[in-house]
Amino acid sequence: MMDFVAGVGRFFLAFLSHVGRLSAFTGTAVSHVVRPPFYPRLILRSVVEIGYFSLPVVGLTAIFSGMVLALQSYSGFSRFAAEGAVATVVVLSMTRELGPVLAGLMVAGRIGASMAAEIGTMRVTEQIDALTTLSTNPFKYLVAPRLLAGLLMVPFLVLVADIIGVFGGYIVGVYKLGFNPATYIARTWEYLEPLDVISGLTKASVFGFLISLMGCYHGYYSKGGAQGVGTATTNSVVSAAIMILIFNYVITALFFGK
Amino acid sequence: MTDTPKIELTGVRKAFGPKVVLDGIDLQVARGESVVVIGGSGTGKSVMLKCILGLMRPERGSIRIDGEETVGVGAKQRDRLMGKFGMLFQGGALFDSLKVWENVAFGLIQGRNMPREQARAIAIEKLAAVGMAESVGELWPAELSGGMQKRVSLARAIAANPEIIFFDEPTTGLDPIMADVINDLIVKCTKELGATALSITHDMASARKIADRIAMLYKGRLIWVGPARDIDHSGNEFVDQFIHGRAEGPITMELRA
Repeated sequence: MMDFVAGVGRFFLAFLSHVGRLSAFTGTAVSHVVRPPFYPRLILRSVVEIGYFSLPVVGLTAIFSGMVLALQSYSGFSRFAAEGAVATVVVLSMTRELGPVLAGLMVAGRIGASMAAEIGTMRVTEQIDALTTLSTNPFKYLVAPRLLAGLLMVPFLVLVADIIGVFGGYIVGVYKLGFNPATYIARTWEYLEPLDVISGLTKASVFGFLISLMGCYHGYYSKGGAQGVGTATTNSVVSAAIMILIFNYVITALFFGK
Repeated sequence: MTDTPKIELTGVRKAFGPKVVLDGIDLQVARGESVVVIGGSGTGKSVMLKCILGLMRPERGSIRIDGEETVGVGAKQRDRLMGKFGMLFQGGALFDSLKVWENVAFGLIQGRNMPREQARAIAIEKLAAVGMAESVGELWPAELSGGMQKRVSLARAIAANPEIIFFDEPTTGLDPIMADVINDLIVKCTKELGATALSITHDMASARKIADRIAMLYKGRLIWVGPARDIDHSGNEFVDQFIHGRAEGPITMELRA
């Protein structure tokens, strides 16, 4: 019995220690995002890495999501003669939920893992210590540019995903389900409000920040060689995915909850 | 005051949980002197170096650079101190994403805001000082052999003309000839700069070549400190066992099946 209680206590203390370390890391990282000196070349590199090289994977995810959404909603809504709502369902689902969440999860897999692996390798090969000895703050040089790029570029990716997803729905709606193209487009715009897009982009910004934060955090504290870097990479993707799902609910509740 | 030690450690203690790694280290390194700390793997040599560099914070004790206390100093003061240091890491620790010359010039560009072209010229000059051609500057670290990486790392360590240079296992992983080349370069570069050097190693050939004084670390304490020429007749059985690499003796390895 005592072993069990001790185990619970150890787990709780480890959890608190982890939360404290993450909070301190986040505070330090954010303070370096807003304080000069800045590294424009590194920010640009992260912007290109996140915003440009993630386009194919995000685009593919979005187009097939939009297509499936059109098929599924048509199949379901035809049971009560509401097929006309397909275009509206596709655009609202894409902009409010599927665009930010799916793009966020795909970017977490691609970018979060890459950040954790790169920074983790730098940690275990003493490159981060080398930065410090060369009068360069690792937070400013490694973490801040990635946080900033995540914050700015995931909304851009989500905007692209929204457009491609809606286009995927249009393709299925018009060429497979026989909707009139003009009617489909009109229905797409009819019930779409600015708040639908804004809420999605707000989520995207938060998700972008969380993805970069988790990638950098787990990479920064990785240890133990190749195995440690592998663990950091896995943890960064899993924790970013979980945080995306949790914050998705929180932000949805803030925007649309009563 | 010219007799103020360049580096002075007093009662430095560092533990990780219940494991005490440094248990009251006292060491002084004079200006322009080269001190080598020897000791087996896991005896705390790297931890001692990281405490001096400020990468780790000791629980107790004092670390002074030029008579100035460095334990617990703020970020700005630490940045200023870092400007005095150069460091050669055990694995080289070259930045994979930068070309060789950018690695050498990194501290000048990022740490001292020097224009890239000016920093590049200095980097090429420092590469030449460690026997490397200008063309090597355009390569990536991954394209270099282990010995070349060590030399580039040495060029990076001396690029900003530091007052103090730290060498962490400078010859580990190198063949004996390349190890001797690195030792010669270390001696040459530190003498030319007039720098103070603190090295850690378990390579006795390296220690004999680069040290003015040698200190031996065992179980968190410096058990012997003396001139390098006295190492063979230290009168200390721990030192004797270590420098002759004998399995039998007072130093027992903690082996677990």
